[in-house]
Amino acid sequence: MSAATPLIRLTAITKTYGRGQAEFQALKGIDLAIAEGEFIAVMGPSGSGKSTAMNILGCLDTPTSGSYEFQGVHVEHLSRDARALLRRHFLGFVFQGFNLLSRTTALENVELPLIYRGAPAATRHAAAHAALDQVGLAGWEHHTPAELSGGQQQRVAIARAIVTGPKVLLADEPTGNLDTHNSQEIMELIATLNRDRGITVLIVTHEPDMAAYARRVVRFVDGRVASDHRQEGAG
Amino acid sequence: MLWNTLLLAMRAIRRNLLRSFLTILGVVIGVAAVITMVTLGNGATRSVSDQIASMGSSQLMLRPGQRFGPGAEAAPNFRLADVEAIRHQLSGAAAVVPVVSASATAVYQANNWSTSVTGTSNDYFAAANWVIATGRGFTEAEERAGKAVCVIGNTLRDKLFGQQPAVGAEIRIKQFACEVIGQLKAKGQSAMGSDQDDIVVMPLRTVQRRLAGTVDVNLIMVSVAAHASIDEVKTQFESLMRERRKIGEGEDDNFRVMDTRQIAETLTGTTRILTMLLGAVAAVSLLVGGIGIMNIMLVSVTERTREIGIRLAIGALEHEVLLQFLIEAVVLSSLGGAIGIALATAASMALAGVMNVPYLFDPAINLLSFVFSAAIGVIFGYFPARRAARLDPIEALRHE
Repeated sequence: MSAATPLIRLTAITKTYGRGQAEFQALKGIDLAIAEGEFIAVMGPSGSGKSTAMNILGCLDTPTSGSYEFQGVHVEHLSRDARALLRRHFLGFVFQGFNLLSRTTALENVELPLIYRGAPAATRHAAAHAALDQVGLAGWEHHTPAELSGGQQQRVAIARAIVTGPKVLLADEPTGNLDTHNSQEIMELIATLNRDRGITVLIVTHEPDMAAYARRVVRFVDGRVASDHRQEGAG
Repeated sequence: MLWNTLLLAMRAIRRNLLRSFLTILGVVIGVAAVITMVTLGNGATRSVSDQIASMGSSQLMLRPGQRFGPGAEAAPNFRLADVEAIRHQLSGAAAVVPVVSASATAVYQANNWSTSVTGTSNDYFAAANWVIATGRGFTEAEERAGKAVCVIGNTLRDKLFGQQPAVGAEIRIKQFACEVIGQLKAKGQSAMGSDQDDIVVMPLRTVQRRLAGTVDVNLIMVSVAAHASIDEVKTQFESLMRERRKIGEGEDDNFRVMDTRQIAETLTGTTRILTMLLGAVAAVSLLVGGIGIMNIMLVSVTERTREIGIRLAIGALEHEVLLQFLIEAVVLSSLGGAIGIALATAASMALAGVMNVPYLFDPAINLLSFVFSAAIGVIFGYFPARRAARLDPIEALRHE
């Protein structure tokens, strides 16, 4: 890929919810280009459309209009299954609410994306163990989410997101449900993944402390990009 | 991919043990109830038809009188002349057997037992489907002379002789001594519930002279020949009897000809209705079991919708999610069905023993109840999942 073609390019993306009187435009035309290896914090007040943009970037949601290119492919023209395959092979998602399967061990949660990839059992186990090791949960493989702290659950979620070796890690307020100490540890972990494995990272946050880890901060206001600037990443 | 999906389905079953258990339970109850009830019903029907078969088939029974109850005139009995006339004039009759009935107390040493006495000819044993277990039937000379010989039923034998041999012994009936020349093989209860084996059979003349004191015949049994039509013989029989009893045109018959086939049809019809009734009751349990399954499946929709959202978000395809849910539903329903069938088989066998009816395996009802329960499990496991799998992942994840 040439330096001129960004990994991701959003052009005039809009997203409208509801109809008629109840119509609400969450995104009013977003233009954004993201290069490989970037660490971007998306900030903005509640209702500014930052989560909506994140879901569209993660192919979890579809834009009402505009174009979304991922590695030069127009995602808005892809079928549901093609977008699922894009998520499977290139994207890792971390949610504020963890979204782990309940009553399922950490190991099985982390293995899940590999099962959908059709990885053989031995490869799957090795990769899941390695991912859990990397997020600092070696020894916790057989615990279920109910037996883990919030910080540990988010680590499992991160392990699940990176176990497939994705190009992009999307995290929607990953520290929103965590205390300061755990938040910092999670951010350190994400920063390490970006620095050592070259994973492109986008995180949505409204805490400046968390945004400080990123090297680029995009600020949303009322469904538009209000500012976009680079900074020295603390990570 | 199928293998991996199977793995996912098994993990899902394992992590929701309570839900899996309740689903299986719903299927088990429905399947087991229906199969048990219908199997026992079938056993009862078979038992009744076996008893009817023990009466002997293709028989016409001529009795005096048209109907019972008030207003019924006492119709005259038949005579031996009637029997002779039927023998000679009724074509299609394989055997014509006169019967006179009485009741008397039979005594042997210190034992006595009140029993029913049947006076008849030697053809009676074949016509009424009796088998002589030991000893012999009557000779022509014994019949002609009205000798005091008798063939006894199994119940009477037990009551009078216990474990001792009966053939060759003399029993006393009313005032006369009677030699036991044969013993009948047990038949068991009749379709009406009376004990068919509580019987002593003697030559017709013996009973007429020594017990009844008349020359009457109470009942004439006609075995229809294999090649003849029962209905034709019956019509012929009825007109012959009208003629002999001098019944004018427009007058009602003062006798009845009953057809054992008719009796058999009536009785099996009754038990069949009973079986259907039991089946209907059981179908309600099947339905209740089905509603149970439905409930469990629908209650878990919220949790499962979020689960589907998670699976879609990490890259599962819609049809992979659906296949997993389908496999889950099929596995649980089939397991429940299999357990239900096993349970029903055990229960039917045990209850058939207690109720004294034969155990009959009915593949149709096993299959039908299995398919019905499994279908409910699959439909209610699958369709809510299908709706969830068609949502955008983010909508499924937000599902409350």
